[in-house]
Amino acid sequence: MTTALLKQPTQPTAVRKPNRSFIHGLISNKKALTGMAVMIIFIALALLAPLLFPGDPSRITAMASLEPSAEHWLGTTAKGQDVLALTVHGSRSSLFVGLTVGIASTFIGILVGLASAYFGKFIDEALSLVTNVFLLLPGLPLLVILAAFLPPGLGTVILVLVVTGWAGSARVLRSQALSIRSKDFVAAAVVSGERAGRIMFREILPNMASIVMGTLLACVIYGIGAQAGLEFLGLGDVSTVSWGNNLFWAGNEGALLTGSWWVFVPSGVCIALVAFALALINYAVDEVTNPRLRKIKTPKTTPAKVERSAAK
Amino acid sequence: MRFILRRLGFYLIAFWASITLNFLLPRFMPGDPVSRMFARSQDRMQPEQIEALRKLLGVDDRPIWEQYIDYMHNVFTGQMGVSISRFPTPVTEVISSQIGWTLLLGGTALVIAAVVGNLLGILAAWRRGGAIDSALPPVLVFIGSFPYFWLAMGALYLFGVVLGWFPIRHAFTDGLEPAFTWEFIGDVGAHLVLPALTIVLVSIGGWMLGMRNTMIATNSEDYITMAEAKGLRPGRIMLRYAARNAMLPSVTSFGMGLGFVVGGALLTEVVFAYPGVGYQLLNAVQGLDYPLMQGLFLTITAAVLLANFLVDILYVRLDPRVRSN
Repeated sequence: MTTALLKQPTQPTAVRKPNRSFIHGLISNKKALTGMAVMIIFIALALLAPLLFPGDPSRITAMASLEPSAEHWLGTTAKGQDVLALTVHGSRSSLFVGLTVGIASTFIGILVGLASAYFGKFIDEALSLVTNVFLLLPGLPLLVILAAFLPPGLGTVILVLVVTGWAGSARVLRSQALSIRSKDFVAAAVVSGERAGRIMFREILPNMASIVMGTLLACVIYGIGAQAGLEFLGLGDVSTVSWGNNLFWAGNEGALLTGSWWVFVPSGVCIALVAFALALINYAVDEVTNPRLRKIKTPKTTPAKVERSAAK
Repeated sequence: MRFILRRLGFYLIAFWASITLNFLLPRFMPGDPVSRMFARSQDRMQPEQIEALRKLLGVDDRPIWEQYIDYMHNVFTGQMGVSISRFPTPVTEVISSQIGWTLLLGGTALVIAAVVGNLLGILAAWRRGGAIDSALPPVLVFIGSFPYFWLAMGALYLFGVVLGWFPIRHAFTDGLEPAFTWEFIGDVGAHLVLPALTIVLVSIGGWMLGMRNTMIATNSEDYITMAEAKGLRPGRIMLRYAARNAMLPSVTSFGMGLGFVVGGALLTEVVFAYPGVGYQLLNAVQGLDYPLMQGLFLTITAAVLLANFLVDILYVRLDPRVRSN
């Protein structure tokens, strides 16, 4: 980023200002703050799980299907495992897979999107075709088929989720990269003889930071949700403790029919809270970067505001 | 016309890609899953049936390109082999007996979610900052954050087990003969409520927010101001001027939405033991029924591609800009 700024003396003020207001806008945005607070709590729980609930969370510690009580805050499963311990430990696998899948799919998306936008022509046509085919193939059935043929395990789950998840981010990032590709400073960099990799990652990429962040958040949400779905179908690694597997066992042991709501509610609520928190941050990023979506308090003052910011 | 042909070409490539994926998966996966399947179910099958399945799944010694041509030929002539878990029913027969239920469930849910979601989006954008605009989106986004299947479990538990308002599994009561009688249709309807409701609940937020955001952009167009200046009724401006022009992205999402519905319906069907293709796909996976799995995947893909193609044709009809170039 900084080297790009130093190279073009006309750029710094234009680039740096929206970035400072971006972080400022994010911190002063209620949605972003709520989302980040929830995420910090969950990450802390995941990191502290071995201290809070030492030992194997899936060992049998009590009578089967106990209701929530002072001893077992969230009751026990049909096998007699402590639901709270399972839920807290489950956050480790779920957050880890979600983050890994999110980062990996965003990374592939960045590579494909930048290559498409920068090289154009044949490469763009070919990459767009592959992206669109992957977007169109129904995701969950594809997930199921892939998971059924691959040997079960955590690696398979991550691989399969990345294979089905990268295309969406590639499409979004390509269209953003295309619009930056046509800017003058990129043309200047091309003329000055910079290497392709440098232009893509040092000139174009830093200018789409907010879109990359939005895509990353969306990919993490996808990863957590899809992992849960896959595991609920029994296609994940059944031996690990995760939110999806907790729900799989809840369904398998008939928690619904015996009325043990405390077995399946916590893991589902956790998935929803994490996804909601990430979505909140995502909407906040959208609002901060897209002024049209921002809340208008009194429409009459808007023209004045525009004039003021233009004068700046 | 050129647009349509281009899209058709694209869908054909997509379909070819999914067939090829189907062809490659059983042949190049580690651990030889197909042999495992044969080991489990060999004693129930006739030698010639085993031979046919071996060819379909690639457990033979012919060169790979020959197998590929053979496979393509089989797919396009509808020879997908026999199902293992429902031996000896042909795969095509299993699929055709179940696809109707998925279309009923997914179609109902998709149409309800799209219509209600878009209407809410129109109203929210029209009264920016009003009750619908400020209260509904956060609630719907929150509901949308829950996994499909978890909401389905919750609905099953609350309305099915605790309150007992609706039946909790299958598409109609066991022992009832399928027929065009009011009794049977009512029974099917009652079984449809909970699965459809959960899909609608999860997907409605996306429709609403998408429509709202496009319509906010449309509302600032000059022709809206013009219509207001002419003194047209607000209702007419909202629906005929603003919403009509904001509809296009929603039409595209409808095609995409079908893919999500097939996927979402898969999990919902599993929770409610609803006898559609999604439920069958999971059964096939659990029974190591690879021929049925492949057939189901191709059918689902073909359905999604076909739906998208139909949406494209509709798009040409709706947007004159596509027609002119």
